[in-house]
Amino acid sequence: MSGQERIAFSDTGRIELENVAIRLGSGDKAFEAVSDVTLSIAPGEFVCLLGPSGCGKSTLLGALAGHLPVARGQLTVDGKPVDGPHPERGIVFQHHTLFPWKSVLENVAFGPKMRGIGRKARRQKAEEILGLVGLQDFTNRYPKQLSGGMQQRVEIARVLVNRPRLLLMDEPFGALDALTRINMQELLLDIWSRVRTTIVFVTHDIDEALFLADRVLVMSTRPGRIIEEIKVPFRRPRDAAVTVAQEFAQLKRRCLELLHTRHDSFPMHRLEPLGLDLGNG
Amino acid sequence: MAVSSATGIRRWILRAASIAVCLLAWQTAATYHINLGLVTFANVPPPTDVAAAAIEFAQSSKAFSHLSSSLRRVSIGFALASVLGIALGLAIGRSRRAGDVLLPPLELLRPIPAVAWIPLAVLMFPSSEASMIYITFIGALFPILLNTVHGVENVDPRLVASAKSLGGTRSAILREVVLPSATPAIVTGLAIGMGTSWFCLVTAEMISGQFGIGYYTWESYVIQRYPDIIVGMVLIGLLGMGSTVILRRVGTALTPWHTVEESRR
Repeated sequence: MSGQERIAFSDTGRIELENVAIRLGSGDKAFEAVSDVTLSIAPGEFVCLLGPSGCGKSTLLGALAGHLPVARGQLTVDGKPVDGPHPERGIVFQHHTLFPWKSVLENVAFGPKMRGIGRKARRQKAEEILGLVGLQDFTNRYPKQLSGGMQQRVEIARVLVNRPRLLLMDEPFGALDALTRINMQELLLDIWSRVRTTIVFVTHDIDEALFLADRVLVMSTRPGRIIEEIKVPFRRPRDAAVTVAQEFAQLKRRCLELLHTRHDSFPMHRLEPLGLDLGNG
Repeated sequence: MAVSSATGIRRWILRAASIAVCLLAWQTAATYHINLGLVTFANVPPPTDVAAAAIEFAQSSKAFSHLSSSLRRVSIGFALASVLGIALGLAIGRSRRAGDVLLPPLELLRPIPAVAWIPLAVLMFPSSEASMIYITFIGALFPILLNTVHGVENVDPRLVASAKSLGGTRSAILREVVLPSATPAIVTGLAIGMGTSWFCLVTAEMISGQFGIGYYTWESYVIQRYPDIIVGMVLIGLLGMGSTVILRRVGTALTPWHTVEESRR
């Protein structure tokens, strides 16, 4: 694999939330999806938001990305309030959003192209990042010619090429088979060890959260609140062996208790994480 | 998908046989002047006469002028309709306000058939050439416009959001996301528009002129050269079909991601 050199980012990516509330829907159907979230994430930290479906964790991520406005409170990244999407805050979804008409290389080079970087330079940047995710031999394929795991790797590369302060991930491996999923988790940690950026990772998979994160924030069901913060003590670099350690089992039990006691009797609808206006415009 | 070559050949034979049977039925009906009451073949020339007329047409000095006049009118009308149809379609599909302003008058004009435009087209344009081009233009415009609007409205909003997140401006998103995403629908619109443009040619060339396949067809009816009518009809059919096939080819070349094999893990 090329790109063994560490791509260092400056010491940025501090997230501060103060009494943040986010409302979804409009008119009579509006409701508060996230309430009173106060937290602080350090530059370069890996944080997992863990919670049941529909608890508002994706909504919170959407607000960090700038796709959803904050109804109350303060949300800042490196001291600046978030107002709208920006390449400095890259987001990766469960189902890829690669452009089907662009090759892998062109997809990854999209961000640099938008910044006005010349053709040769942006292709070089894209190749460098694709090497990092192990796809240097697939640059000319179209997204639909790739497996699900490879598509997600391209998606991650497309975000990382912008050197983001934040890497926001919304159940990025949720649609992959179990084995690919474990490989992707290890790959992500490997990438993160070389491209140090703040990662906020949303999942409802306890094992995934504990394997990946420095800190797991457990959320309650709607309106979403953070009900517990779990520091994950395992040494890095981690491998799959961590998941069978006794301490891992204890933490997992704790997470299960939290998620169970808060379980509501009625099913929660999945929220639209982008808060997209599906009309025109 | 994979059809063995033997099956392929058999299918082509079947298709050719189907056309042969149709021609044979036509020949029989026309030769014996079959009268079915509702429809009569008494005055219909048989395919053999039509073939003879076609050869005569091909050898005549006017054939080239007829063909080139028609091709020029359809090309210009279709090109104008493409530019305007795609531009309006993008605007209407992307902006609700543009839709509110532009769509109502267009919806009013849409159901008006090409033939109904003839008197006004003659009055509106300084030359009969321009009015004929206008008729082929109006025939092609609406399929192109409506398919473009449809294509633009169906752009995946997740891709647009993603492009925004990666730093795409409004114009960049139009160019990099909306346009390629709508390309298959636009190509379909162009192919249909090409067909309707030829479809309107006879109507257009009824206006006047000395040359054109449509004019030739209409003239043949007026001077009662019945086999020539069918020669004209077949020529329009072939030219329409040929140009649509070319358009589809161009469309496939423009959308290579559509035809690549999906990965089989």
